[in-house]
Amino acid sequence: MILIKNGRVVDPVNDTDKEQDVLLDDGKIFKLAKNIKEKADQVIDARGKIVMPGIVDMHVHLREPGREDKETVRSATKAGLKGGVTSILAMPNTQPAIDTVGNIKLLKAIIKKSAQANVFISGAITVGRLGRELTSISDLKKEGILAITDDGSSVDEEELLLKALTEAKENKVLTICHCEDKALSHNGVVNLGFTSTILGLRGISNESEYKRVERDIKIAEKAGASIHIAHVSCKESVDIIARAKKKGIRVSAETAPHYFSLDETALLGYDTKMKINPPLRNKDDVVAIREGLKSGVIDVIASDHAPHTDSEKDIEFDHAEFGTIGLETELAVSITELISSGLLNWPGLAKKLTYNPSRILGLDKGTLKEGSAADIIIVDPDKEWTLKRQDFISKSKNSVFIGKKLKGRVDYTILKGKIVFKG
Amino acid sequence: MATNKPKWIRKDLLGLGDLSREEIELILDTAYSFKEISTRQIKKVPALRGKMVVNLFYEPSTRTRVSFEVAAKRLSADVINVAVETSSVKKGETLADTGRNIQALKADIIVVRHNCSGAALMLARHLDISVVNAGDGWHEHPTQALLDIFTLKEKMGKISGLNVVIVGDIAHSRVARSNIWGLTKLGANVVVCAPPVLIPAAIEQMGVRISHNIEEALENADAVNVLRMQFERDELGAFPKQMEYFRNFGITKERLGKAKRDIIVMHPGPLNRGIEMSSEVADGANSVILEQVTNGIAVRMAVLFLVAQGREKSR
Repeated sequence: MILIKNGRVVDPVNDTDKEQDVLLDDGKIFKLAKNIKEKADQVIDARGKIVMPGIVDMHVHLREPGREDKETVRSATKAGLKGGVTSILAMPNTQPAIDTVGNIKLLKAIIKKSAQANVFISGAITVGRLGRELTSISDLKKEGILAITDDGSSVDEEELLLKALTEAKENKVLTICHCEDKALSHNGVVNLGFTSTILGLRGISNESEYKRVERDIKIAEKAGASIHIAHVSCKESVDIIARAKKKGIRVSAETAPHYFSLDETALLGYDTKMKINPPLRNKDDVVAIREGLKSGVIDVIASDHAPHTDSEKDIEFDHAEFGTIGLETELAVSITELISSGLLNWPGLAKKLTYNPSRILGLDKGTLKEGSAADIIIVDPDKEWTLKRQDFISKSKNSVFIGKKLKGRVDYTILKGKIVFKG
Repeated sequence: MATNKPKWIRKDLLGLGDLSREEIELILDTAYSFKEISTRQIKKVPALRGKMVVNLFYEPSTRTRVSFEVAAKRLSADVINVAVETSSVKKGETLADTGRNIQALKADIIVVRHNCSGAALMLARHLDISVVNAGDGWHEHPTQALLDIFTLKEKMGKISGLNVVIVGDIAHSRVARSNIWGLTKLGANVVVCAPPVLIPAAIEQMGVRISHNIEEALENADAVNVLRMQFERDELGAFPKQMEYFRNFGITKERLGKAKRDIIVMHPGPLNRGIEMSSEVADGANSVILEQVTNGIAVRMAVLFLVAQGREKSR
């Protein structure tokens, strides 16, 4: 039994933000009340701290199997616990891709052996993520996948995506779309605009993203299936999603911390750590993403944790890999950018990080209701710190946020009622 | 006088976008004093004697490489030429490692030409020795712009207030970008002229005017810098065809006839006669193309001389 005393308990499900005690027993939240008198094995004084559900990060590249030099299930989940992440949805673009029952079994064995947090599995939409033929979605579902996605690529063939969404609906799995028309983004490496012009680098237009967002939502509407738009980065995408939601289409949307905290000017100087896909956009897009979070058009904040080795990043800009790690920073960046500015309140932020992704994936996480799993984080909301490269426990260090002054840090991460990280 | 002169502190020359007006003027002034050396009976000074310059070229180049080689030799430096075969696929030793090896050979200056934008900066960050950018991707080609500006200043006596047209493939041109930075910092009015498909996004934010009509652009121009058209860069198949380009944007005697009489015509070379300009214009009285080549030596001597003294690392 653990008793968390006097914390500011934030539960996104019922928008609560009040001083309460939380008693954990048998891996579950046993009691939630003021002045709990029961004797516990351990008492944590959480005065002045935020007590909220553990983060459910629905966009993580674990790299295992296949690229264990970048990250492993063990290293990523450990990194997650440090950042307050207790549940992860693993993206299927590993080597091999998670596109068969056998490959799911392989990943499940790795997870069983080495995961330090809850890891959920998504399967590929198409075999090898090549966009040519569908995977056996019903079989993958029986192995426990929560979603299908070809993340990293978009399914170019409309008819194939329609079939995928229809199958997904039938099998009650979510379809997550990486929206990028490669015929438009071409070989681009940074946002198209003034920055790409003065750097002399190939640009990636907003159109390459939002035209695909528009198309994919239309196909989902036709299939009557729910669709989740990954890593929204530009203004037009936010507008399109807002209109679709108004129309009643079952669409949810996600963005990543770098899209509401950094713009394309971070690329001046050719810092390959800032090379992300979709790219860091211009200032107007950053404002639109923040507004989308505030209005609720964007439901989810996820890290799009994408580890790469130094030798894949510390090379010519054109050749460097796309992506940033994010598991260890998503909470602090969100607090710094969204809470401190008043854009979101605590229950609002907790919703984007915990309850919404949980609900969208059909999980029962992201709440502190009595009886739910005791996946809890205790956060010092005022702790100020500057992120350093050596802070990371992730195997890769490619973070866009190195050097950033941050506010808020995880003091405790509790998984199924056990303290698994202490800051 | 001498005490008021700005001092050169950078170990590298990577682009004109980073430089102040004073730094650009310092290079031009230094080049001016070096130009006379090439007219001497013995065309050599000992300024860089005992220093080693390595020309590290990842793209084929004759004129820039030779110009740097001549410049280094007139300063009495030892010169090593390294040509690296590349394909679009990355393989073998990284650029940083190659640079470290050259540094370990105790070279003093690396002159680098690379097909990736930002490559010169990346190399400079990894090394303590000097790096001079001889062209990186579509980004910058600072010594070409400096020699263009030097030539223009020699002819016109000043840069400030001049109307300069840059015509051609602005989108893919490092020469254009470096010229825009340099000319605007020195107070010239710059017009970029090309069909829309060859104008990059938001270029007007660099302080230039856009024109799609060469006659209109030339109206008040004091100089026109004609870029080389590289049709092999047309990945999409969207460029104008060669003759279409010449018809609409080629510099001809007729077009010059409607411009200022003493308009200066420049070209960074190598020239495609009959595509970017007619032979008549290239060989005509307004053309300073060969003077640019001569001035390139003085400008590159100045750059090598200055960076050899600089210590400040690029960030």
